Amino acid sequence: MLSVFEIPNVNLATPEIVLGIGAMVLLMVGVFVGRSANTIVTGLALALIVIAGVILFRMQGEGMAMHGAFIMDDFARYMKILALIGSALTIVMSVTYMRKEKFEKFEYPILVVLATTGMMLMISASSMLTLYLGLELQSLALYVCAAINRDSPKAAEAGLKYFVLGALSSGMLLYGISLTYGYTGHLDFVGIADALSSSERSIGLVFGLVFILAGLAFKISAVPFHMWTPDVYEGAPTPVTAFFAAAPKVAAMALLIRVTMGAFEPITHDWKQIIVFISLASMILGAFAAIGQTNIKRLMAYSSIGHMGFALVGLAAGTQAGVNGVILYMTIYMIMTLGTFACILAMRRKTGMVENIEDLGGLAKTHPVLAICLTLLMFSLAGIPPLGGFFAKYFVFVAAIDAKLYWLAGIGFLASVVGAFYYLRIIKIMWFQEPEGEQEEGFVPMANELRLVLTASSLFVVLYVLFAGPLFELTTAASGSFF
Amino acid sequence: MNFDFNILSIVTFAPIIGALIIATIPVDSEIAKRNVRNVTLFTTVITFILSIGIWLGFDNSQAGFQMVEKYDWIGGFMSYHMGVDGISILFVLLTTFLMPFCILASWTTIESRIKEYMIAFLILETFMIGVFVSLDMMLFYIFFEAGLIPMFLIIGVWGGKRRVYASYKFFLYTLLGSVLMLLAMMAMYWHAGTTDIPTLLETKFPADMQFWLWLAFFASFAVKMPMWPVHTWLPDAHVEAPTAGSVILAGVLLKMGGYGFLRFSLPMFPLASADMAPYVYTLSIIAIIYTSLVALAQEDIKKLIAYSSVAHMGYVTLGIFTANIYGVQGAIYQMLSHGLISGALFLCVGVVYDRMHTREIKAYGGLVNRMPKYAVVFLLLTMANVGLPGTSGFVGEFLILLGAFQENTWLAFFATSGVILSAVYALYLYRRVVFGALEKESLKSILDITTREKILLYPLIILVVFFGVYPTPVFEVTNASVEALVNNYQAAINAVGEVAKPAAH
Repeated sequence: MLSVFEIPNVNLATPEIVLGIGAMVLLMVGVFVGRSANTIVTGLALALIVIAGVILFRMQGEGMAMHGAFIMDDFARYMKILALIGSALTIVMSVTYMRKEKFEKFEYPILVVLATTGMMLMISASSMLTLYLGLELQSLALYVCAAINRDSPKAAEAGLKYFVLGALSSGMLLYGISLTYGYTGHLDFVGIADALSSSERSIGLVFGLVFILAGLAFKISAVPFHMWTPDVYEGAPTPVTAFFAAAPKVAAMALLIRVTMGAFEPITHDWKQIIVFISLASMILGAFAAIGQTNIKRLMAYSSIGHMGFALVGLAAGTQAGVNGVILYMTIYMIMTLGTFACILAMRRKTGMVENIEDLGGLAKTHPVLAICLTLLMFSLAGIPPLGGFFAKYFVFVAAIDAKLYWLAGIGFLASVVGAFYYLRIIKIMWFQEPEGEQEEGFVPMANELRLVLTASSLFVVLYVLFAGPLFELTTAASGSFF
Repeated sequence: MNFDFNILSIVTFAPIIGALIIATIPVDSEIAKRNVRNVTLFTTVITFILSIGIWLGFDNSQAGFQMVEKYDWIGGFMSYHMGVDGISILFVLLTTFLMPFCILASWTTIESRIKEYMIAFLILETFMIGVFVSLDMMLFYIFFEAGLIPMFLIIGVWGGKRRVYASYKFFLYTLLGSVLMLLAMMAMYWHAGTTDIPTLLETKFPADMQFWLWLAFFASFAVKMPMWPVHTWLPDAHVEAPTAGSVILAGVLLKMGGYGFLRFSLPMFPLASADMAPYVYTLSIIAIIYTSLVALAQEDIKKLIAYSSVAHMGYVTLGIFTANIYGVQGAIYQMLSHGLISGALFLCVGVVYDRMHTREIKAYGGLVNRMPKYAVVFLLLTMANVGLPGTSGFVGEFLILLGAFQENTWLAFFATSGVILSAVYALYLYRRVVFGALEKESLKSILDITTREKILLYPLIILVVFFGVYPTPVFEVTNASVEALVNNYQAAINAVGEVAKPAAH
């Protein structure tokens, strides 16, 4: 037993500490510099995230810190780097948008940094307390982000909706945690797992498990806790939507893996059914509900719901191959999503931003390169080989087959065919239609930072076949942390 | 043969290199457009010449895979493994041979977005060759499925009026079939612990597992073939696709289904294949008779040829599942010959379509008066399509019927009736388009085939006749591998003590 007076081994949490302190410093900088602080704060926030990433990358140590509440392992390192990349890219992508849309608020990059700190804590959580603290730190920052464009009634609505539903889910999560604590007597994951394997699991604990999973399912926007997603995606400013779709999903999925594979590992049978159900429901709803969408941000919301369903297929398998599949899926998904949002952010006419899918009409004529990149990303999201998205799906489904979840895999595949339909629709609009009226003029030239993100993301999905091997080894090492 | 350089990889990825070169050419003038065309043609011709190297280096006496390349790829899940045997090598040659014709066929007809068009075709070529040379199940699947992307765009962007519908139908039908196959491949991976095709060929899957795997693979290949009743995407895709798209669709893409049956279904799941053979026969016979009758009623030339393709593919599935040496040899021969004949037929349709911009049979008549050379070419191809002795169409059909006769007399009887029906619809088409009085005003100034069109059509006709009278070169290549395939199949069936011919009941 660790003595209370012993200095906790905080070295392992250096990146989080750097980010946390950095965010506060940035806040001061912003306040003191005043109106023109946006540019400098954005740059510094980006630098901060890069520094945290470098520290993380160079950090060798592994193990527990803070009396077992904080864990650092290969899995944590990999997922944290992924989340940091996601956050950094979303900050980059927001620069021109903020300037053009005239709401240069220096708070935004700071909120992203704070949310990132929360994500890092979530990924490293090995106790229910860290879990909750990380989750709330992230969520509160995200609620504000959603409503940051406070002159827009839509954004305010999105923020409010997100907050109210988010608070509800946090409540459920807390209730679940308290039940779990009551029935096992532990808050840390190792203790819970020990308690569960040494004694018969009680029905009260199952209630606790269900509430915890419900709270986490809300964060990854899995069905039936997805209701907020389309509205928030549509209402929030587009760079914020891009942020929501990328890094927080990675962190929440990592947390879900930690809870299920760490704390509740002895009762795999119980949570498996729940994961199978929300996975199925998400895949099916994501596929069918996206068909009728006309707003591309809403479409991406349903698409992300579907993708979370696919990722959960791997978790439902509950094996190392499955966890490995989820990690790979989240990696590829995040990069595809960021690329797609770079395209959406590039949908700007002289009169302002447009978000309807029909606005892409004839894009192959007016902006061939943009059209080719978006086409690649759409095919990749649909899971067509040889693009990255195919491999993401392959590894989660191959794990599901191994775990004898034939029905889950079968229905998942059918859902992916239905999903292909709406991705094809975007391609159809870009390639098969001639530009009409306003579309002939095309969009205003794309900002350089968006170009960068889009090119990187498109190259990633096309060239994935080349570095699939090394990446697979990395994720195998990361998933090895649980087995 | 020990090859120091990886000829299969070179042939497979040569078109991609051409595509990359084209991507760097800015298309702003007529000269640039011509450069794009020339580079594409050059690339496809070079690819064909390189692929002849595969043929020259191929040892006919060996049944196993040759010119093998194998590298680790994704941690034990997939490997990069290529090689050819007697079954696959000729499909590689067919693909590389047809490609220059496709490019020539698009020479003047494709005006808009020429660069994207050529890039799509070259990428498609890589994927098609990849399908035939992959010796890793996942690599095969990746190439098999990836071909959908360029083909979807080719039909959708450069197609006819209902191109959106046709391209969607093509894509979703094929995808739906393929994902089921992918599911089966995953199950096979966990059972055998590898995705390596040569290893899988030696793996004995349990009988009940074979049944499900067979069904899943069948879902994919039957759609691709296409077999009745999942053939409906094909007429739509053919009608709407540009001429070159139709050529490649009929010439190569359909063959992937037949190749898949020969590579996976028959050798890996022999028990299930034997059990399911009667059902396949039934579907094949329905395809032969029903689609021939449907072809008879068509108003659109391309649609008619598309339905005739379905009927001919019915022979192929029939031949494959008789699983005797005649049937399988005949099926391979039929596929190769159909690749040439239907390709040439679609080019023929392209010739008159480019002049009149309609494919309706009613719009034509009496072409023989203005286009004598065209009439001869079209007649030869029509005869080859019917399967007249002396054309390559005859050899394949004859062997398949021979194989079917060994299996069951009635089977051969119904299959043979298809030969008569094909004569009916093909000659009826020919009479309406070429013969009769030249009455239509619009046709009175139509010109005979140009030099470019001659270059397109004559080599194909020469090959059709050559392989009609002298089929030995093909059989020499395929013989060893087909014999091994049939023997292994029989051995597997005999091993479980079942009656060798389940259709005899």
